[in-house]
Amino acid sequence: MTNDTSGDVRLSGIAKTYGSFTAVHPLDLTVPQGSFFALLGASGCGKTTTLRMIAGLEEPSAGTVHLGDQDVTALPPYKRPVNTVFQSYALFPHLDIFENVAFGLRRRGIKSVKKQVGDMLDLVQLGEQARKKPHQLSGGQQQRVAVARALINHPKVLLLDEPLGALDLKLRRQMQLELKRIQTEVGITFVHVTHDQEEAMTMADTVAVMNAGRVEQLGSPTDLYENPRTTFVANFLGTSNFIEAEVDTKSGDDIVLKAGGGKLVLPESRCAAATTTGGKVLVGVRPEKISLTHADDAGEIPEGRNRINGRITNSSFIGVSTQYVVDSAVCPDFEVYVQNVDRDTRLEPGADVVLHWSPAHTFGLDAAQDIDAGVEEGAAA
Amino acid sequence: MSTLTEAPPPLTPTAPEKKPPRKRGRLVPYWLLLPGILWLLVFFALPMIYQASTSVQTGSLEEGYKVTWHFATYWDALSEYYPQFLRSVLYAGSATILCLVLGYPLAYLIAFRAGRWRNLIMILVIAPFFTSFLIRTLAWKTILADGGPVVGALNTLHVLDVTSWLGMTEGDRVLATPLAVVCGLTYNFLPFMVLPLYTSLERIDPRLHEAANDLYAKPATVFRRVTFPLSMPGVVSGTLLTFIPAAGDYVNADLLGSTDTRMVGNVIQTQFLRILDYPTAAALSFILMAAILVMVTVYIRRSGTEDLV
Repeated sequence: MTNDTSGDVRLSGIAKTYGSFTAVHPLDLTVPQGSFFALLGASGCGKTTTLRMIAGLEEPSAGTVHLGDQDVTALPPYKRPVNTVFQSYALFPHLDIFENVAFGLRRRGIKSVKKQVGDMLDLVQLGEQARKKPHQLSGGQQQRVAVARALINHPKVLLLDEPLGALDLKLRRQMQLELKRIQTEVGITFVHVTHDQEEAMTMADTVAVMNAGRVEQLGSPTDLYENPRTTFVANFLGTSNFIEAEVDTKSGDDIVLKAGGGKLVLPESRCAAATTTGGKVLVGVRPEKISLTHADDAGEIPEGRNRINGRITNSSFIGVSTQYVVDSAVCPDFEVYVQNVDRDTRLEPGADVVLHWSPAHTFGLDAAQDIDAGVEEGAAA
Repeated sequence: MSTLTEAPPPLTPTAPEKKPPRKRGRLVPYWLLLPGILWLLVFFALPMIYQASTSVQTGSLEEGYKVTWHFATYWDALSEYYPQFLRSVLYAGSATILCLVLGYPLAYLIAFRAGRWRNLIMILVIAPFFTSFLIRTLAWKTILADGGPVVGALNTLHVLDVTSWLGMTEGDRVLATPLAVVCGLTYNFLPFMVLPLYTSLERIDPRLHEAANDLYAKPATVFRRVTFPLSMPGVVSGTLLTFIPAAGDYVNADLLGSTDTRMVGNVIQTQFLRILDYPTAAALSFILMAAILVMVTVYIRRSGTEDLV
């Protein structure tokens, strides 16, 4: 990233209300020049509205939009140096591919478009298709035309509204890498709206998770996954197990918590909740961080790990790993993913087991929130 | 039509392949076509043949008519009534253009801006059909009556000065002038313009407008480069649905016009019903049909909407 800030997107207190419904609550957001930024959330969370306010297709009810140092809040879309790749592409059906791509250049009065359009079509590998009409192309090709049509204008910011939603899984993976490659090549700021957490995590440098018109958390994909600060984020991005626990003591950088009969240790730096002694905290841990040991071998578990006793209620073999559901006193359906390296054949439903993991992989959240927030949305995505 | 003659897919995809089990299914398209074909045969093809034969007959009512292949009737009819032909094209053309000018903004409004008023406006567009064509045209006679408020207002605004300079009205009269006929035609055929326009505008994805807007097109350019080209199928079918019946219409010229505004429809009507010169009437009908066919073909070719429809 450079020090050039002309491609920064700065939203200050931007909000959108429709009558009594608030689509986007006042929101401050800065997307630095040259970054790949994703707005992630379930449908209706306000992410597309936010994107459309940057494009100028939606007028904010409050707040301002800056591109670099320029206040563009009052500018109509055709005067903003941003371009959009629309959901389901919105290619002009009456124009051929060449004219679709040349549309923006021609509107700005550029006469000799031939070379630019040709180069752009080559970039997206559609040089051969220039004289075809959009409906003669496959979904993936149409998607690339939509990207080319926007990129040819060298916008300061490229906005992508669920651009891969209409493609099948395999093509989507391919296009994700393709878009990432193009972004690295042209160095333009990309703002990408998606409901697919995997897509957001693979492509973006920074992800903002939105829920009900607010940004729940903002950070790098790793940061969001490892240190979720709300149950919504923890559940929307992957799967999380939660244990309700009570703060017992603090020792150094760690907090010791009571849960069920046992004790759990949580690094204070990974706790997003207030930790007064006796206060409640939700202890979270990701399924793949947990190790599973048969109760007979419990003595072999190293000291200093968080431990929970339970019984396997379900196991499903999915190739690279096996997914277990474990019933325990503190959580009725603990999910555990175990890599299939050395399979312990005793780990069958009904077996008594000990779940254990490193305290460093534990995160703590405020207990005063819905444990299941974001579960449905995450599963649907 | 060609798809109908091809073998339809088997009714059940799991049907065994050994014997042709689709013998029955194969005939279904023809059965479906049958009622329509019969209808067209009896009520379109036969009358056409009958008319064609009438047009080349000679004789009189008393002695009866005989087919004598007298093609001169066509020439005579054309040379005698070409002013009415030209007038028909002129009036129908003006009415079509007026319908387009009035109907396009209306259809655009219904398609993109009407919101919850959409259905109400649609009903208002269709509402005139609930009354007879004749009654409505007669009502216009009252509206445009000499010394009435409409004529008075047009006079005060000096509109009539302009129209009489253009030769469309005479003095301070509107009734019995070309203007009245064109107004009547426009009024009567407006829904036939609005409905196809609305249908093709409504099919345009509003995101295309946004995309054009996003790609530096001002609202006027969006209309010129995206909306209008995409609505061409509606423009073409709307103008055809207006022009064709308007060119053959005689009611408006009869009720709102004078002897100087007679259109070819009036001539045909008079020949058939009053003078009882059936061959001339039939020949005029065929000339009108051929002329419209040629104009429509040229028009569709030139508007280049084949791959849009």
